[in-house]
Amino acid sequence: MVINMVNKKYEKVVNRHKPKEERGMHAIVAFIVGGLVGVLGEVLIQVFCQKFHISRSEASVFMMITLIFIASLCTALGFFDNLVNFARCGLLIPITGFAHSMTSAAIDYRKEGPIFGLGSNIFKLAGSVILYGVVSAWFFGILRILIGGGL
Amino acid sequence: MSSKYKNVYLQETATVVGPYEKEGPLSKYFDKKYDDLYCGADSWEKAEVKLLQESLNMLLKKKGVKKEKIDLVISGDLLNQITASSYAGSPLSAPFLGVYSACATSMEAMILASTFIDSRRKKNVVIATSSHNMSSEKQFRNPTEYGAPKPMTATFTATGGAAALLSDEKSQIKVESGTIGRIIDYNQTDPFNMGAVMAGAAADTIYRHLTEMKRDASYYDLILTGDLGKYGKEILKDYMMEEYKIDLSKNYNDCGVMLYDTERQLQVQAGGSGPVCSALVNFTTVVDKLKKKELKRVLLVATGALFSPTFVYQKENILSIAHAISLEAVE
Repeated sequence: MVINMVNKKYEKVVNRHKPKEERGMHAIVAFIVGGLVGVLGEVLIQVFCQKFHISRSEASVFMMITLIFIASLCTALGFFDNLVNFARCGLLIPITGFAHSMTSAAIDYRKEGPIFGLGSNIFKLAGSVILYGVVSAWFFGILRILIGGGL
Repeated sequence: MSSKYKNVYLQETATVVGPYEKEGPLSKYFDKKYDDLYCGADSWEKAEVKLLQESLNMLLKKKGVKKEKIDLVISGDLLNQITASSYAGSPLSAPFLGVYSACATSMEAMILASTFIDSRRKKNVVIATSSHNMSSEKQFRNPTEYGAPKPMTATFTATGGAAALLSDEKSQIKVESGTIGRIIDYNQTDPFNMGAVMAGAAADTIYRHLTEMKRDASYYDLILTGDLGKYGKEILKDYMMEEYKIDLSKNYNDCGVMLYDTERQLQVQAGGSGPVCSALVNFTTVVDKLKKKELKRVLLVATGALFSPTFVYQKENILSIAHAISLEAVE
């Protein structure tokens, strides 16, 4: 009983000193940077389509590989985390965030060796994305069959 | 539980730090500074061991004591199974006790050391602690190169090793008394707001220390908490006033906001943390001011969050603890 009263008092003091996060600003920055990544992706698709005379769907695969490469390289060079800290979800939600999570885990855990370090930990953050990505793909696939008859 | 010590003195301290502490306002006090977080080692964990080991060697060198003279080493850190302390303590081949109170480890070690010396069971006792920004990030949060956005209340683990030698031989600084903290649970669950987690423990320990020693807060020239950070510091001041009617507005500060320049070093966010954070402030500027008699009586309250990522993910509250030591300048 007494403990709970103390807790409530404490909670009040804690809440009084919670700084306000600039959520609006973060959202705008993320929106703009995320948009720019999208623009870059579209430019890459157009370039690949015209340069290599391939279809749009083939070009988008190459675009993704290119973005993954850029994000991984920048992570390995050590400055991508600062960019992510600034742009937040603008760089974490696109494929760049996925590449960043795998490369950063790989860099950290390579010290524990190729099997118990890098191999077991590379999907530490990306594992959730893959698992729930596959599960939701399956789920929406079923929906598509039920509603659209598999078209 | 508070105890007075009759014959315990702080002989010497040594500190070795990384680049962020080097850029901070206390830079001139540190014995050795590294520009690179690897500190010449090939992993973050080994870098932490190196920092701790060098602080131990530096301590013995500064005081001119041979390692055979050390009766006991008490050390702790944040790495799983306090391994940094074990690897760093091993070359001393002295009797060794590993301790853990998270960021309150240095004061737990000092209380134990003082008890051993006061009861005349040991003569020369070395206490030490370390933390490393990257090894902690890797263990408690995300891979070090991963740029996960953190809220403004997040603190920044200090990088360094710190060691101190205590004995019964009279010196300029007396270890006057100590208070062992209780484990506090005020329903805090946010690992990115450690200031709020630990301020409750600091309040409890300061209150019990002052009551048990029959002292007023103004008895001390300075009361220092370990690593509450910008926001935790304000929580403690308000809560002390509202709950215990103790005024900390005049003689109180926090090591976490002293170790870095929070206006300029923006990456530290709310301030420094980690076991070495309070030790890097206490063993340098505080000890220096006590020696110069600019401070006469100081209460050091190191604060620690007792948790692991596993328990946080299993939705348990984050516990906290604070241990206090009172240091006095010898006339």
